Amino acid sequence: MKAAVIVFPGSNCDRDVQVALQNRMGTAPHMVWHRETTLPKTDLIVLPGGFSYGDYLRCGAMAANSPIMRAVIAAAQAGTPVLGICNGFQILIEAGLLPGALMRNRNLKFICKDVHLRVETTDSIFTNRFNNGEIIKIPVAHHDGNYFADDETVKRLKGEGQIVLRYCDNEGETTDVANINGSASNIAGIINEERRIFGLMPHPERVIEPLHRGTHGAMIFDSLMEALA
Amino acid sequence: MKARVHVTLKNGVLDPQGKAVHHALQGLGFAGVEDVRQGKFIELELDGTDVEKARNDVTEMCEKLLANTVIENYDIDIVA
Repeated sequence: MKAAVIVFPGSNCDRDVQVALQNRMGTAPHMVWHRETTLPKTDLIVLPGGFSYGDYLRCGAMAANSPIMRAVIAAAQAGTPVLGICNGFQILIEAGLLPGALMRNRNLKFICKDVHLRVETTDSIFTNRFNNGEIIKIPVAHHDGNYFADDETVKRLKGEGQIVLRYCDNEGETTDVANINGSASNIAGIINEERRIFGLMPHPERVIEPLHRGTHGAMIFDSLMEALA
Repeated sequence: MKARVHVTLKNGVLDPQGKAVHHALQGLGFAGVEDVRQGKFIELELDGTDVEKARNDVTEMCEKLLANTVIENYDIDIVA
């Protein structure tokens, strides 16, 4: 089990996710600079959080056109699992690998705090270690996480079980108050139709050991380990 | 030749920044503003003189990079 972490200029969670992968999977991931045009042999591609290209034009828009992204898109289309965290989620959307758009937060503020999430599906290589409907706590840190898609797309995501995580309160209710950034249907993370490409705004790599005040993030890496090892 | 591109949010897409600007204008006493929508203006300096070709090229640029057509519309002016 060997992962590859793509590093863009302005990525700032690449080292955290490197440590998380190393700790949970026992193997250090490849760190791949965005100027590369080929990927090493890998079982999982991770697009880390950060502010690639200073968020110029739109978050993720420049990175989605980086040289390495051609190889990432080809690998993703051939079935290699891809995990996009925060800015990585934005890049997946800008690259057209996931539907919708991530807009400025409804309250216009950068939101950096622990949030409750409800696990909407365990039928994925990223969430098989959770229970359906489980309430978990993972931090977010973003300015542009307000998920938007037209009604038809949101309906399809719901119908096909592609909504993986939704913002909720501590009792699991997906209320408007719990919807920190204004996302359609409280969406915090979605998966593609083939259930191999997962993008989420929260940062699982920041809660992988008890010192982090939680280990729910580790469960995502452990799910991958179980599914892919 | 110049191309001027306006990128604006589609109708129905909420624009919290426009709302905040509207609110600030009201705070400054500009009472006559009914709504504010915020967008982007991008100016491109192009070589060549073929206006039709320029328009096609810039349209492709908008589709591929300059606009996110899930949430944004674009409008192109070619200035010879």
